[in-house]
Amino acid sequence: MALKLSPIPKLVLKRLAIGVLTLIVVSAVIFWAVELLPGSIATEVLGQSATPETIAAFNAQFGLNDPPLWRYVTWLGNAVQGDFGQSLVTRRPITDLIGDRAFNTFFLAAYAALIAVPMSILLGLIAALYRGSLLDRWISSSTLAVISFPEFFVAYILILIFAVQLGWFPSLAGVTPAMSLGERLYVSFLPALTMVLIVTAHMMRMTRAAIVNLLALPYIEMAELKGMKRWWVIAIHALPNAVAPIVTVVALNLAYLIVGVVLVEVVFVYPGLGQLLVDSVAKRDMPVVQAACLIFAATYILLNLVADVIGILSNPRLLHPR
Amino acid sequence: MTKLLEIRDLWIEGRSGDDWHKIVKGVNLDLARGEVLGLIGESGAGKSTLGLTAMGHVRPGCRIAGGSIRFDGQELVGASAQVLRHLRGRRIAYVAQSSAAAFNPAWRLIRQHCEAPVRHGVMPRAQAEAEAVRLYAEMRLPDPDQIGFRFPHQVSGGQLQRAMTAMAMACKPDLIIFDEPTTALDVTTQIEVLAAIRDIVRNHGAAAIYITHDLAVVAQMADRVKVLLKGEEVEDAPVREMLAHPREAYTRSLWAVREFQPAPRGPAPAGPPLLQIDAVDASYGTQKVLDNVSLAVPRGRTVAVVGESGSGKSTTARVVMGLLSPTTGKVTFDGAVLPTTVGGRPRKLLQRMQMIHQMADTALNPRQRIREVLGRPLEFYLGLKGRAKEARIRELLTEIELDPDRFIERLPGELSGGQKQRVCIARALAAEPELIICDEVTSALDQLVAEGILRLLDRIQRERGISYLFITHDLATVRAIADHVVVMQHGRVVEQGDKARIFSPQHEAYTDLLLSSVPEMDPDWLTQVLEQRRAAG
Repeated sequence: MALKLSPIPKLVLKRLAIGVLTLIVVSAVIFWAVELLPGSIATEVLGQSATPETIAAFNAQFGLNDPPLWRYVTWLGNAVQGDFGQSLVTRRPITDLIGDRAFNTFFLAAYAALIAVPMSILLGLIAALYRGSLLDRWISSSTLAVISFPEFFVAYILILIFAVQLGWFPSLAGVTPAMSLGERLYVSFLPALTMVLIVTAHMMRMTRAAIVNLLALPYIEMAELKGMKRWWVIAIHALPNAVAPIVTVVALNLAYLIVGVVLVEVVFVYPGLGQLLVDSVAKRDMPVVQAACLIFAATYILLNLVADVIGILSNPRLLHPR
Repeated sequence: MTKLLEIRDLWIEGRSGDDWHKIVKGVNLDLARGEVLGLIGESGAGKSTLGLTAMGHVRPGCRIAGGSIRFDGQELVGASAQVLRHLRGRRIAYVAQSSAAAFNPAWRLIRQHCEAPVRHGVMPRAQAEAEAVRLYAEMRLPDPDQIGFRFPHQVSGGQLQRAMTAMAMACKPDLIIFDEPTTALDVTTQIEVLAAIRDIVRNHGAAAIYITHDLAVVAQMADRVKVLLKGEEVEDAPVREMLAHPREAYTRSLWAVREFQPAPRGPAPAGPPLLQIDAVDASYGTQKVLDNVSLAVPRGRTVAVVGESGSGKSTTARVVMGLLSPTTGKVTFDGAVLPTTVGGRPRKLLQRMQMIHQMADTALNPRQRIREVLGRPLEFYLGLKGRAKEARIRELLTEIELDPDRFIERLPGELSGGQKQRVCIARALAAEPELIICDEVTSALDQLVAEGILRLLDRIQRERGISYLFITHDLATVRAIADHVVVMQHGRVVEQGDKARIFSPQHEAYTDLLLSSVPEMDPDWLTQVLEQRRAAG
């Protein structure tokens, strides 16, 4: 058998190129969307009493008089180097402003993911293993019930039970950089739990569906006719072939954990990117809004890219060409 | 001698909607140690279902409604999952029809091979792997030391089928169920797999149930044959006895297609051929699939293109239909060069050549009633409307021997496989074509049904003088219907000529190989062919 170059590097590079292209398109959309907002940024920030002179000075200081295309290119060029410019309100570099917040958001997402991903895959496997049983129906319907509520509602219910009535956890998750890991985990437990409940159903149902799809295939029947136990058939024969769809839905949900936390952060007054985004929109601090959106978009694209690559790697036909 | 397997009055039911209908109806089956039993019958006869119950397995949607299955004295009906698991893979093994689908694509062959012996605790992994290599060698797989470390997609179909047989032998089972193990293979591959399976079963003294619809194959493999029809036993006899003196009319009818010999049609009419393919090359991407293919189809005659999968016979049809443009060469129809793409051909030209596909199932729109299926080409090509169209649809249905009153309102889902293929024929006829391309039109059908289709095609040809370009891998079909035969291999025409000439001895090595690989009814055929080939070197 002649040694052939694996097609994998080429496929991965192609996906990477598509990812970068998507990010550029998204950055343009973010930039122009903010441009399109009505009203002048200067009057919004400086207030009604601003004189024409102070407005002109403000516009000059932040380069708002330059042509939009030029401002987009410089903004993007600086952002690539980690410089998102200055906040219009606090006049501080945005990178400083965002650093702690982004860390907090990623910390919370990781916290929720570490609980949610193993739990939902396990629940999905169990539901597939006992397909059609009472247990299967119970898992499916209870997870479905949880996502049917809006996340802020779930959050308030959890606060009501665990913070107000039982008093086990604080209702405000005000983490500070000075906290130890244990304190952080304790303080942010309720927001993490809220997010776990929100993303579990989707991942669990997808895992179950992917496995159940495979169970009708001849090689699954073959494994059963070799006298293999049911859980072995599912874990060894079905699961490896279901990696691609499961990873895709996991990536989507991880992205949601980072991007979709805005409401949860607001409810728990958690100092993350989402809350910063909401504050900045209220204050018309557009450079901060743009920076936060760009980070969200990049996370989303990166996670999907990773899922794509894992999907490619899980295909033995691509990994081991003839 | 005690029986290894004893099935008594077994009833199996399958669910369709809310109803349970009977699939296996009170069948008895006995199997002695080391005996090979052939189970034959057409699709829907219940042979696979019966074979699987010997492992205590029923497919989802089926259930055992009554009877008893005793394996080595142990009752399997109602046995616990643990008891069944303990037998499966260890004492009873299964070889599936499609090895490409029955091997898990995610694992190397040897890992799947060793699964049963290791998990059942029969032997440690190292020993199981050594045994695997030995079995691969016994199954005459190339490079037995290394082949196990490949993934299923890296191995050819015939090799994969042999690897699966080796896998079934891994625990030295007492009984092996072979479920149509060579049906998906080409004839030249099939003969080698058959020989390897037969030898390994004999050498290990295993008993086997060999399920197939091909009586000639079962004649080579089995000691005894049981014929099933619609879930009931028709006849059970030692193989030589059944071949020499079949008791039941149904058993005799099973090789009917081999007897279908239409009256000779005489020489082709003078004048230029209807379709002429001249030195055509074609490629899919960079891969060349047709290499200098030339053939001619005379008016009112049948040209059969035979070859194995990948020989380029279907690609030839695609080029003629304008679905694939040739890179060089030309195709002439009635003296005029054909535009290479179907989009470049005027409607009048499209009308003159029609196609019938292998899978009538997927060639018919499941939401269209037969009236619409046949009405559409009548309107499109002939401009028929209203009452004239309706009358013509009824004529067509009568011509394909389906009662118009009963069938005109039906959906394809309400027809049998043979009836669907008849409707496809009628749809092609509706355009009043001069040439019909038949792509494996009988391959998916049972032999009796296939014979009916061939008779119909023959009658239509005599009445209307249509030419057929008949694509098939089945030499029995070629023998029945062709006037002229084109043998293809690797995208090239190996040989072509009159049917009588092609089917007489002494020609191209590949044609010889192909012809001599078609199983015959004689139970000694396999042994003799292999000896002849060995003698010839």
